[in-house]
Amino acid sequence: MTTVEAQKSSGIGKDLIVYVCLLALAGLQFVIAYQNIDASQMFWRMLTVACVEAGLAVLFFMHLWSEKRIFLWFVGIFTISVLLGMQYGWTDSFRMLVGAAPFSK
Amino acid sequence: MSQADLTMEGHSPGLTVGPAFSIPTKKLAMWLFIIADTMTFAACLVAYGFLRNGTPNWPRPFHSITNVALMTFILLSSSLTMLIGLRSARAGDKAGAFRWIMITAALGIVFALLHIREWLGLIDEGMRLFKNPWGTGLFGASFFSITGLHLTHVTCGVIALIAVGVRYKGGRYNADDIEILGLYWHFVDLVWMFVVPLVYLLNLAH
Repeated sequence: MTTVEAQKSSGIGKDLIVYVCLLALAGLQFVIAYQNIDASQMFWRMLTVACVEAGLAVLFFMHLWSEKRIFLWFVGIFTISVLLGMQYGWTDSFRMLVGAAPFSK
Repeated sequence: MSQADLTMEGHSPGLTVGPAFSIPTKKLAMWLFIIADTMTFAACLVAYGFLRNGTPNWPRPFHSITNVALMTFILLSSSLTMLIGLRSARAGDKAGAFRWIMITAALGIVFALLHIREWLGLIDEGMRLFKNPWGTGLFGASFFSITGLHLTHVTCGVIALIAVGVRYKGGRYNADDIEILGLYWHFVDLVWMFVVPLVYLLNLAH
């Protein structure tokens, strides 16, 4: 099924459901912000909710779910692999926090 | 034998016939732009997280979530109006599609104005690019860079919405162009879903 056919076959109802889910998830992030937990826990909870929101938006608002499966896999694998590749520097961030000497010294 | 035939010689028909991934070229170009732009925002947010994690006296200047909650609601709603505009365009309702696209642009303008109001409030409190009254000066640089980059995207999106909407109404663009512009607008919305928790909510003053 092409994107156009998929859009025609599904009504506005699905878009509204996704919109309400996104609003609810955005609201959940604000609730998490006022929970009495440490920053690390708060960060992971908020990031998880944001990833779910992003997934819904990409699959249904941007209609990636209606595209060819090979394109969906291309976008998913390519994006996630580069995002994961950006995480290599975190150990140095923790080093800065404790004021230790750079690893290169 | 033509030059094109010579160039294609040796390739199987599957590699040379039809657009890549069987989607229109313009849409593929927009997806590739979105993937590249994702890397830009991800790099900014990872760098911000790196600094925030490594800086003990990171400022937490936000006292109220009202403004950012309103901005989030407006941007999410603008994605819905964009979808309705696309549906109208697909159904051949030109006037309806134009109206919804302009509503989307108006919501984008409201979002940008609220964003600027927020910036002015922080500047009034003494926040600058490299100094602020609350802690490390890096906060201002990272905050203005990330939110400024997002605001630039919203502003470009509003200009594109108006331009494409007017040309669609005039018959120069079709529903496919509206869909491609919609991809960009939803992406701007998607980025905001990460900016809000990381830049605003984690820095609430409790």
